[in-house]
Amino acid sequence: MTRGTGNIVAPLPFPTAARRELADGQLRANLRRATHTIRDKRLRLVGEVPDWEALRRSGAAIKDDVLARLPELLEQFEAAATTAGATVHWARDAAEACAVVTGLVRQTGSTEVVKVKSMATQEIGLNEALAEAGIAAVETDLAELIVQLADDTPSHILVPAIHYNRRQIREIFASRMPGVDVDSLTDEPAALAEAARRHLRAKFLSARVAISGANFAIAETGTLVVVESEGNGRMCLTLPGTLISVVGVEKLLPTFRDLEVFLQLLPRSSTGERMNPYTSLWTGVTPGDGPETVHIVLVDNGRTETLADPVGRQALRCIRCSACLNVCPVYERVGGHAYGSVYPGPIGAILSPQLTGPDAGANRTLPYASTLCGACFDACPVRIDIPQVLVHLRQRGVDARRGRPSAERTAMRTLSWVMRDRRRYTAALRAARRGSAPLRWTTGRRGQVRRLPWPLSAWTASRDAPLPAAETFRDWWAGRTPPAGRDDTPGRTSATGDDNTAGRGPVTAGEDDRDHG
Amino acid sequence: MTTASHGSARDEVLARIRAARPTEPVRVPREYRTAPATGTPDDAQSGRRRLELLVDRLVDYRATVRRSEPDGVAEALAELLAEVPTVVVPEGVPASWLSTYPGGIRRDGDPGPLTVTDLDAPGLAVLTGCAVAIAETGTLILDGGPDQGRRLLTLVPDHHVCVVRTDQVVGGLPEALARLADPTRPLTLVSGPSATSDIELDRVEGVHGPRRLEVLIVGG
Repeated sequence: MTRGTGNIVAPLPFPTAARRELADGQLRANLRRATHTIRDKRLRLVGEVPDWEALRRSGAAIKDDVLARLPELLEQFEAAATTAGATVHWARDAAEACAVVTGLVRQTGSTEVVKVKSMATQEIGLNEALAEAGIAAVETDLAELIVQLADDTPSHILVPAIHYNRRQIREIFASRMPGVDVDSLTDEPAALAEAARRHLRAKFLSARVAISGANFAIAETGTLVVVESEGNGRMCLTLPGTLISVVGVEKLLPTFRDLEVFLQLLPRSSTGERMNPYTSLWTGVTPGDGPETVHIVLVDNGRTETLADPVGRQALRCIRCSACLNVCPVYERVGGHAYGSVYPGPIGAILSPQLTGPDAGANRTLPYASTLCGACFDACPVRIDIPQVLVHLRQRGVDARRGRPSAERTAMRTLSWVMRDRRRYTAALRAARRGSAPLRWTTGRRGQVRRLPWPLSAWTASRDAPLPAAETFRDWWAGRTPPAGRDDTPGRTSATGDDNTAGRGPVTAGEDDRDHG
Repeated sequence: MTTASHGSARDEVLARIRAARPTEPVRVPREYRTAPATGTPDDAQSGRRRLELLVDRLVDYRATVRRSEPDGVAEALAELLAEVPTVVVPEGVPASWLSTYPGGIRRDGDPGPLTVTDLDAPGLAVLTGCAVAIAETGTLILDGGPDQGRRLLTLVPDHHVCVVRTDQVVGGLPEALARLADPTRPLTLVSGPSATSDIELDRVEGVHGPRRLEVLIVGG
């Protein structure tokens, strides 16, 4: 098996990268506004569809069926596309896919290509590979263009420049867009879109090669489908003489009819629209209409590795809608860059480490980038149980390191030994209470410690630790004066008393719950 | 054709998938609505509701919608195109549609195919029919039929006028896809004018596709 490579390897552990991103207040404000806006639109438009759950179930099952019949469907797709005049290529990993595409562009003699926004080409690092070969790749999606001009990386699957506001975008255009009229350029979104239109129109009309991905590939007919909004996709798919499409092997759908499910699920989940402005379908070459030369590059890049895991393989159902990003409390705060991969958010946390295997970069930290709240599963149009896969990947990570000493395991063993014996447990609680008594003066009303000494610092690195209660429940119960005239039996009640909750009066309980997310 | 030099990649990827894939067959439930949501096309009442829905959706995308009777198409189009100096049409658009239009008409393929530069001229509008229209989503499907033409005709000009007959309007997407004559023809689903929300999620109409979309619904 070959592991996936390319721009799907987190260079920094997630907590480190997250801390860096959290320091950017502008980013957090932008992200909050964006995720909430799209999330609310999605909810409203999904609520409009009476059979949404039936569509989700069908979508999930169609994708599972694709995974079960993938070899046959790929061969069927290849045969149909070939008959229709396309040339089909295969690539085991990112490097091979880049080499195939670079070779195809070189054959045309062109040194510039226009590109439709595509996760697959970002994943394999195609722009970088083309640049090394002396070929300039021009991103034509407005957000991708902003990111490319800024020499930055996307922070969201659907709205990659969501971390910039209009003033920042105006600055980027004014300083980096060739031929832009700086004096008349305002920061109105309409003016900025107009500047991009003029800049790109010249590129569209002169480009000889276009590169795209595909949202869906229909096995039955050999058809590719691109879903978009701006019309840049249509330009790239229609005007240049050569079209090269990079498609992950899991993008297949068995039949044309299956689009009736996915073209309902995708737009509402992704942009919160009833339908996106433009969807293009093409099958090989159509004489007189569109490109004369059509290439399709089918890419594995770790997908078969992912397919082999019975729990994790459901990640391959993903249609890249980004609904899970917009509802994720973690993504909303840290943004896409913290995940270090072109696939951010909950889906990235399960996809990147599976495509690359856990040992690539810091990818093993990604399954922990979640509170397991489950909002992503509810939002997913193909019912990927992301929390289940996150826990599964965490478990795989722990299993892989069994037998090796770790602070966590030592702590758990010690705790187990203490808790197995009542006297040991009571003594430990007493010691903890005494030891923490001086802290009570310094931590104030909240009764929380922000930093504990090593090895407990591993716990407090990302959360506050509550101080042990000043008095246990048992002590409190034993010491209270029973109300007159009531025949309480303290012995029976105290037998069920639990030292874990002891001493937490109703006044402080709410406060204690606050920071445990 | 499949390139021989990458044959080994093909075999290896397929072999890997065969080894990794699940073996249980999957049953695909289809309990979603496949029938038109607003009744059958023969039902006059639901037909009217379907048209109302289509108009509502198109207007929501900020497309302009007009209605006309079958014998009023030429007048309605002449009015719609009053300020347009030149109209581009695919080969199959009936001459009767533009019988009262006073401006210039450029027919694709007559004498030769129009070039991108022709189509990029300012002030141009393109007039087409469509294959099918979806009420629930306000979507027009173009399938390259004679009255729709090549894809670039409806892409490069900044103004698209589309004629929809009421018998072409269906309720939902499943019905629309089932109606298409040949799914392997180049297909374009158009839902409103070109738009972007990439800057602070503010919707801006018109980036690269036509910034103006006008729909003429013909029939009662």
